[in-house]
Amino acid sequence: MKKKNKLPGQLGTLLKYAFLIAGALTMLFPFLWMILTAFKTLDESIRIPPIWFPKEWMAVNFKTVFDTAPFGQYFINTCIIATISTLLAVVVTVLASFAFSVLEFKGKKFWFWLFLSTMMVPTELLIIQNYVTVSHLGWLDTYQGIIIPTLASGFYIYMLREYFMQVPPILYKAAKIDGCSDWRYLWKVMVPMSKNAIATISILHFITTWNSFLWPLMVTNSPDKRVLTTGLMYFNNDASSFVNLQMAGACVVILPMVVFYLIFRKQIINGVARGGIKG
Amino acid sequence: MSKAPAVKKRSAWKKFYESYKAYLYLAPAILVMLVFVLYPLVKVFRMGFYTKYNYLTEVGKGFGLKAFEHVLGDPSFQLALKNTLIIFGVGLPISLIIALVIAVLINSKVKFKGVFQTVYFLPYVTSIIAIGIVFRWLFHSEYGYINYFLSLFGIPALKWLSDPKLAIWAVTIFYIWSGLAFKIVLFLAGLQKIDEQYYQAARIDGASKLRTFFHVTLPLLSPTLWMVIMVSVIYAFKLYNEIFSLFSGQAGPANSAITVVYYIYDMFYNRNQVHYASAAAIILFIIITVVTMIQNQVSKRFIHYN
Repeated sequence: MKKKNKLPGQLGTLLKYAFLIAGALTMLFPFLWMILTAFKTLDESIRIPPIWFPKEWMAVNFKTVFDTAPFGQYFINTCIIATISTLLAVVVTVLASFAFSVLEFKGKKFWFWLFLSTMMVPTELLIIQNYVTVSHLGWLDTYQGIIIPTLASGFYIYMLREYFMQVPPILYKAAKIDGCSDWRYLWKVMVPMSKNAIATISILHFITTWNSFLWPLMVTNSPDKRVLTTGLMYFNNDASSFVNLQMAGACVVILPMVVFYLIFRKQIINGVARGGIKG
Repeated sequence: MSKAPAVKKRSAWKKFYESYKAYLYLAPAILVMLVFVLYPLVKVFRMGFYTKYNYLTEVGKGFGLKAFEHVLGDPSFQLALKNTLIIFGVGLPISLIIALVIAVLINSKVKFKGVFQTVYFLPYVTSIIAIGIVFRWLFHSEYGYINYFLSLFGIPALKWLSDPKLAIWAVTIFYIWSGLAFKIVLFLAGLQKIDEQYYQAARIDGASKLRTFFHVTLPLLSPTLWMVIMVSVIYAFKLYNEIFSLFSGQAGPANSAITVVYYIYDMFYNRNQVHYASAAAIILFIIITVVTMIQNQVSKRFIHYN
């Protein structure tokens, strides 16, 4: 009796792990193949049947990539844009969330409703006019042209406001009695108390900006203002049959985010699970 | 700004001052929102109703539904809608089922839970453009791993990316792969919220694992399930980067894998037909609004909340 019951149980466990491992390998496979191919010679990378490991690890592929296209410049551009964009987005969000959670003013409900409604508007709808606006402002081919239109996110404001509301209002009253200004209260009390939420917003915004493609593609023309994603696209058209070089280029775009992810895994997963946002 | 006499209307002045201060805090967000969200939204609605548009002078004329007629009658746009239907008629159910099974398995007593979670979520932080280029080679008809894998089962090589009939299926497979991460994480979060008591009760009643899943887990997970479905439907309509990277900037062989957003981008950026692009964008907006309204209605009426 006992034996009979145990066997299906073990089989079930075995199947469970088999399924999970097979799935995990499917998830990892494109990444592994990308990294391994980046170190192969062209001949090795298109051999049939495919070979797993390069005979000699061709680190020189990366040098070729950086020599052919200004990936160094793309990398710097992306870092600058993602960093500045994140800093500004956080400041904008913190200020707005503070007004919506603590301060009392006329039109509060109206503006909050308006920001919530913008969450529904797909950014794809806005690119047409935003392109025209940015070009009128003379911002084509500039960092601010890429950065500024993405700064006011109804979602981030909504999320941070929720956190700010959890700070007991009594603290605000006490601070007021002690003669503490709103500005000081915000940065000395509210922000430190919500630093987890702010960190999550920063990380999510950084990843989104790093991976953003369509908007930077539209507003940049000159190669020295390209970001990694758009630069990679142009590079691929030039190196159309050199799969090993293309994979080295893809590594340069993907691997920094993988490292970033491994560092901030918890915050990223919790942030996405909380917010339910995609892309 | 004129200063009101402070002595008499002290409280009114204070109120005004408070409001004024609040607006200083809001100013950056409001400014960006007005200029880069609200204004383009209003503008796009105006542009969609132009009957004529001159791109060079940026002058539109007339008011009517001509642009909508053109877009809705455009075979490319119809194909874009059809492709979207394929993706969420086939791709979405498959990815939901896989994601649900994986989330349930990770949530059961399993070793290396964290490792599995980390691996399955990896695609979420990855640039679709960059990993799409990897998939372009995996789909390659001669050197690609996918055809190599299929050949082990005796399936002849398929021209995934150059056959107009297959292109949208390559996109669907890529979509399933890249969308799993998001769904698994949300399902896991939903599963972890379910109270252990329900499972204990089911066990005491002697319910089988399968019964427990369908009668306990699934109903209690329904808010999450529904939310994921709606977000994914909206995402399916906005599919764009996947196409761009798989077909290096094209919409597949003979435009066969075109999507709505690709259509908008192409109309605007390559063809300079702003009024058509706007009309297509408005149609997209209406679809997404309807989906969101359905979501709100359904979740109010039918969804179990614990």
